[in-house]
Amino acid sequence: MSNGSEAAEVLERIGAERALGMYTKLVEIRRFEERIHFLFLEGNVPGTVHQYIGQEACAVGVCSALSEGDVIASTHRPHGHAIARGLPMRSIAAELYGRATGTARGKGGSMHLGDLSKGMLPAIATVGDNIPIVAGVALAFRLRHEPRVAVSFFGDGAANEGAFHEGLNCAAVYNLPAVFVCENNLYGASTSIQKVVKVENIADRAASYGMRSDIGDGMDVFDVYERASNAIGAARGNGGPTLLELKTFRYSGHSRRDPNNYMAKEEKSYWKARDPIALCEAALSKCGFLKPKLAAEIQASVAKEVDEAIEFALQSPFPEEQELYDGLYTSIEVPR
Amino acid sequence: MRMSIAEGLRFAIDGCMAEDQSVFCLGEDIGVPGGFGGAFTVTLGLESKYRDRIIDTPISEAAIFGMACGAAAMGMRPIADVQYGDFLLCAASQIVNQIAKLRYMSGGAIGLPLVMRAPVGVTGRGAQHSQNLESFFLSCPGIKIVAPSTAYDAVGLMRAAIRDPDPVLVFEHKLLYGSKGARTEKGTFDASSEIPDEYFEVPIGRAQLLRRGDHVTLVGSLLMSHFNMLAAEELAGEGIQCDVVDLRSIWPLDIELLHESVKKTGRIVIVEEGPKQGGVGAEIASGIAELIPDYLLAPIVRVAAPNTPAPFSPPLERAYVPRPSAIARRVRDLMSAS
Ligand SMILES: Cc1ncc(C[n+]2csc(CCOP(=O)(O)OP(=O)(O)O)c2C)c(N)n1
Ligand SMILES: [Mg+2]
Repeated sequence: MSNGSEAAEVLERIGAERALGMYTKLVEIRRFEERIHFLFLEGNVPGTVHQYIGQEACAVGVCSALSEGDVIASTHRPHGHAIARGLPMRSIAAELYGRATGTARGKGGSMHLGDLSKGMLPAIATVGDNIPIVAGVALAFRLRHEPRVAVSFFGDGAANEGAFHEGLNCAAVYNLPAVFVCENNLYGASTSIQKVVKVENIADRAASYGMRSDIGDGMDVFDVYERASNAIGAARGNGGPTLLELKTFRYSGHSRRDPNNYMAKEEKSYWKARDPIALCEAALSKCGFLKPKLAAEIQASVAKEVDEAIEFALQSPFPEEQELYDGLYTSIEVPR
Repeated sequence: MRMSIAEGLRFAIDGCMAEDQSVFCLGEDIGVPGGFGGAFTVTLGLESKYRDRIIDTPISEAAIFGMACGAAAMGMRPIADVQYGDFLLCAASQIVNQIAKLRYMSGGAIGLPLVMRAPVGVTGRGAQHSQNLESFFLSCPGIKIVAPSTAYDAVGLMRAAIRDPDPVLVFEHKLLYGSKGARTEKGTFDASSEIPDEYFEVPIGRAQLLRRGDHVTLVGSLLMSHFNMLAAEELAGEGIQCDVVDLRSIWPLDIELLHESVKKTGRIVIVEEGPKQGGVGAEIASGIAELIPDYLLAPIVRVAAPNTPAPFSPPLERAYVPRPSAIARRVRDLMSAS
């Protein structure tokens, strides 16, 4: 959002309750990810993690514009999407720890968080692969005349996969109720987007599919919310899909202990000066929705929620060895 | 000089690039300054030496392998890699329908001297980053497949693969690389070797006997070769002596060396990290049962992962991958039954 009066109008429209809800979600993701980062470095979290710090406004802005029956799909970096979509933080934490109380009973891990009953497919860690799948989810909604919308989250890097091209083209051709959210954080792992994309915006590619596109400020949760609402509304109203590009940045390493040495210091500080939580706080304070006391209360209650989620995960049992064989086929036992 | 597998692969690639201008690397995050040198540091630093020949690609596996195919058809020697073996499948049509078949479809006119590199192994990342795709590509005539379990073999097989006139797929194991820094893997095995100063090749298609014993043949590759050695060590203490064979090449399979071993021992235990279903072990078993059945004193035994995807949860993952103790137990059972 560029100017102040426009921003005030937007917040007026969103209303205090919803706006504060978004603020809370941003804080939930940030605090959860900070804790996981710490625990991971301590050697406490199994496997690998791809963290969402810096990109919180994208997941929260989009998911806040969704309705109950809508379905999202995420990537190798799904913690933020899962929290924003409303999966319980404790089940997310338990999945990261491979516990039987996790979102996938420990079968999936960090990169496959999801719970379809809450509107989130298991996250798909093969870059780009969720895009045609989301088109398929939207196709099902269309065939059954259900007023539901499917949302794919993916990165700038995924836009270079063949699956992106094929999935977007199909979605456009069938006019599917889908929104394709490209979180352009300027890097695919260590590779700068400038080395691998010749157009200025990923959104520019929509034109080649005859698809609507939009570009949002991925650090401004209210801007994301407004643009996502439009795209989701259009999809639900039979207006077809949108490619929504969000300009954002990840503060965390690509994965695990990555120190981000391939990013320039100035680049990091430029983006950190536009921190999504700080921006949101400032906007909410300015319009009077958020007072320091309330902010402190929210921070405290989130801190407690994170504590409890980790505690819950650590207290939870691992799945029984026998569960190895569960959940592969519906109609047969796993042939030995 | 002592080298890890990651260092050995780098050494071999570096040597070939220095000798031959037609050798170049193509992959994601392989040469970004301040970056990783590929997912497991194999090409780290090479970008400063060969600016134009370490090519960072978009995340576009079909294009990586398609371009490698095209460039190889024109006489270049590309080394194309994926960050995890699983993503070979994003390029499956280029690899299986094109690379494996182009020479044949051209009546032998077109050569494809290219190398494909892919890390495999079940390492705490869940079902989409864990597959051992050796058996998948074993079913594709037209590709050679190698799998070095030590740094010595990594150097020799990589050099042989780069200089080979045909497509060679190199499977590398995440727990054997010995990658350092932020790319260190938990649970890593020491696979380092003394590497001679002069260049050498390890011939493709030849297995290696790692340990001699008269009672039973134990065969595997990559991490399983290390596990087989641990199991053999444990069994030796109980008086059971194993011939331990490291495949080194998955295709062509060195069935002769296995025959030689089984003719001596009369028993074989075939170990693999991936699911038993359609596994490399099935190919080996049939190569024994079909050709030298009379030498078998006991039924062939296969040790493999369950016929499921890899689970994430650490205790499930531990139960999924064959362990040295489980291998030793199966050998013991075999010995006491025959
Ligand atoms: C098909 C495929 N190729 C490569 C990888 C390895 N990999 C994991 S994440 C990643 C970078 C993804 O970049 P982007 O799509 O921009 O998402 P971001 O990590 O920035 O969220 C890569 C190359 C993968 N998971 N899947
Ligand atoms: Mg990115």
